[in-house]
Amino acid sequence: MIPFPLHLDAIFVKFGVYLIFLGIGFLFGFVLETSGFNHSPTLAAQFYFKDLRVFKVFFTAIVVAMLLIFASSAIGLLDFNLIWVNPTYLWSGIVGGLIMGVGFILGGFCPGTSLVALATLKIDGIFFVLGGLFGVFLFGETVDSFTHFFNTSGYFGRVTLMDVFNLPTGMIVILVTLMAIFMLWGGEQLERIFGGKDPKKAPKARYTGAAVFVILAVTIAFIGQPTTVDRWERQAPEKQAALEAGEFQIHPGELLDTIHDSKLNLVMLDVRSEADYNLFHLLDAENITIAEIPNNIDKFIAQPANTLFVLMSNDEAAATEAWKIMVAESVPNVYILEGGINNWLDTFTTEFESEYCASGKEGADDELRYDFSAALGSGCPAAYPNHELVHDMEFEKKIKMELKRAPSGGGCG
Amino acid sequence: MTTITQTTGKTGFFKKIFGRESQPYANAYLGGILLGLVLFISYLITGNGLGASGGLSRYVAFIEDLIAPGHMDRVPYLIAMAGGQRNPLDSWIVMVSTGVIIGGFVSGLINGRTKFETNKGPNISNRTRWIFAFVGGTFFTYGARLARGCTSGQALSGGATLSAGSWATMFAIFGGAYALAYFVRKLWN
Repeated sequence: MIPFPLHLDAIFVKFGVYLIFLGIGFLFGFVLETSGFNHSPTLAAQFYFKDLRVFKVFFTAIVVAMLLIFASSAIGLLDFNLIWVNPTYLWSGIVGGLIMGVGFILGGFCPGTSLVALATLKIDGIFFVLGGLFGVFLFGETVDSFTHFFNTSGYFGRVTLMDVFNLPTGMIVILVTLMAIFMLWGGEQLERIFGGKDPKKAPKARYTGAAVFVILAVTIAFIGQPTTVDRWERQAPEKQAALEAGEFQIHPGELLDTIHDSKLNLVMLDVRSEADYNLFHLLDAENITIAEIPNNIDKFIAQPANTLFVLMSNDEAAATEAWKIMVAESVPNVYILEGGINNWLDTFTTEFESEYCASGKEGADDELRYDFSAALGSGCPAAYPNHELVHDMEFEKKIKMELKRAPSGGGCG
Repeated sequence: MTTITQTTGKTGFFKKIFGRESQPYANAYLGGILLGLVLFISYLITGNGLGASGGLSRYVAFIEDLIAPGHMDRVPYLIAMAGGQRNPLDSWIVMVSTGVIIGGFVSGLINGRTKFETNKGPNISNRTRWIFAFVGGTFFTYGARLARGCTSGQALSGGATLSAGSWATMFAIFGGAYALAYFVRKLWN
């Protein structure tokens, strides 16, 4: 398993988790103050190109954090799938951004910096925070009138620049680094022209820093981000044995129990061909090809913490392949239907189905061994068996729901 | 050390710093590296980035819930924070925001920058500055709620994780401010 981010809720009690966040906030506030973010004229000066301190701190921080995040992901220290990447709500994000820009130039702060200004007793900062509290109040009272715009306009989910430009992560990292260095250089030129600052007085070490950034970015691109195969190989020693011991294959009876368990958010993924799916599938099972699974990992991880995934194919081969992909990509609580659809039908076929489907058809591994005379889909009793059938069955319960490790909400909650 | 000697000691220190016209604050690039490190540590340990406006939002929800709990249970956006028995302060982001205040205070104290003052452009009165600070704060957090994050939660955190939407929001923030800057230049120059 990739060690970071830490599974905080599993390691610490709630109080400990909160102390950690308090500590991170402390460091954040300390650094903001140290960088001069409690001084509103400095924050505003960047918009007149006179003093680009804030601009410089900001873009340097983005590049440093980005390089460290993707470097640690490249070497298998940090699981990028499990960290919060702000989902894209394009239009509300842009409109909100423009409004924030207005607030920035009028007020001379942003929320984080105003808190630091308040903490250091800047009266203008205190007024900004009061205004900020009022703005939050206004939003809460007005959001109901544009809920649709707020929740849907330009919603794309977890989308990164890599997805938008269809470039490998390493390439984007290099481009962002180069762009930031160019902007910082440009910023110094603007300061020279508009602010009368002499860039020659700035420490020479910044050239070394820029070189280190570029070298690191190129190294990240060279190593590359871990593929699904890499990720599986890292977990294989532990997970392969458990898989072979049958720890993740659940009996049809346990699945039926789960279908009737309203506390769980059950997601059944049927990875067979569409033809087989149309002949027969479980009620509410979703048809998805194995090739499509890697594209849906973000959606799977974003599901609520009580989500259980059950994969099924005709026997187990295709489902197991899909299981490996999902487990490698850190999707929690993934199981396989033992014996697949064939075993399900063996267990739950009623007289109704026997009219339309004959068992005992010859078939290779992972082929449907029932002969359907009509495409029943989920329109027959075996697709949604009576829960009472479970009472006569004996099976070992294998599902152990694990706590969700990925954060379910982002920075501005 | 008594308070009085501490104050006089600080004033001398302050004079020395401003007298040389050197930087009372850290070098911008150094500050940026430190901020980047903090952001990275946050992602590494918690899987979450930094944020500020979410904390403010929950402070307000907490106060509103004290005054009008029934109202909180009718607006879906507010229910998520303070519906029923839910305590809006019971969130990691509140801890981060509270930490920011403490951290800023400590750093300001150590460096002698914690003092009552109003920072403003040379051509406006304190009162004008306060009014615009209030109005600016209102605009900013309204926009931040709409965009689901402010300069910290969207631009900084989303920027570092290369979120497409966060980069769009980041350019919108700077774009909006630069576009308006000329028209309000009296405020700052």
